Amino acid sequence: MPLDLLLRFVIGGTVVSLFAIVGDAVRPKSFAGIFGAAPSVALATLALTIHTDGASYAAIEARSMIVGAVAMLGYAWMSSRAMWQQRASVTMVSLVGLLPWLALALLGWFLVLR
Amino acid sequence: MSWSALADTSWYQYALRFVLGGLVTVGTGLVAEHFGPVVGGLFLAFPAIFPATATLIDARERRKKEKQGLKGDARGLQAAALDAAGAVLGAIGLMCFAGFVWKALPRVSAVMVLCGAALLWLIVSISLWWLRKHHWL
Repeated sequence: MPLDLLLRFVIGGTVVSLFAIVGDAVRPKSFAGIFGAAPSVALATLALTIHTDGASYAAIEARSMIVGAVAMLGYAWMSSRAMWQQRASVTMVSLVGLLPWLALALLGWFLVLR
Repeated sequence: MSWSALADTSWYQYALRFVLGGLVTVGTGLVAEHFGPVVGGLFLAFPAIFPATATLIDARERRKKEKQGLKGDARGLQAAALDAAGAVLGAIGLMCFAGFVWKALPRVSAVMVLCGAALLWLIVSISLWWLRKHHWL
């Protein structure tokens, strides 16, 4: 693995873990849930991107991230509804739900960003 | 804060989320490299650790109920659903985070922008949670 990918892996893993630890520790559960949509990957990636490709490149990524975040909202809402109605297991809902996330994000890219 | 919840989490669950976070960060970089920043940016809001966290909450709540000799399936699902409802609010904060970085980045220093955006995410998410708690949302 080239050094920059290894660096990305370590920084990304560390930032995500820190947010996850805070999310585990805070209560109540609905409040802890906000850390499930923490900007952990974004912080790690944008910091590295600014360093390697510059601020303007990172700003373009951030603009697209708004669309990704809308898809994240849809994903979390659908997951919450499906789990509350006990339609399937938590693992199934949270993993299968990644497909609608991707579909929503790509639809947003097609309609808004392309 | 509940520090005992941290002790309940096993080392492999921490390791799993570290690996997932690392892989998604690497993957996002590779997507941006191959398809450009417009497509790559979408993945900055990828639900990286949500499935692992939701599964962890489900298992923890289920275990608690089973210790009392009860079935914990419904409790686990409800706890994970509450967590996902919180993530809806966090996602709105995430939109504000991204919008702030998009508008501020080329003009303001990177450290200031990223710290400010993270603070904005926290303030928006907590405010929405507080409004919902008091039934104003």
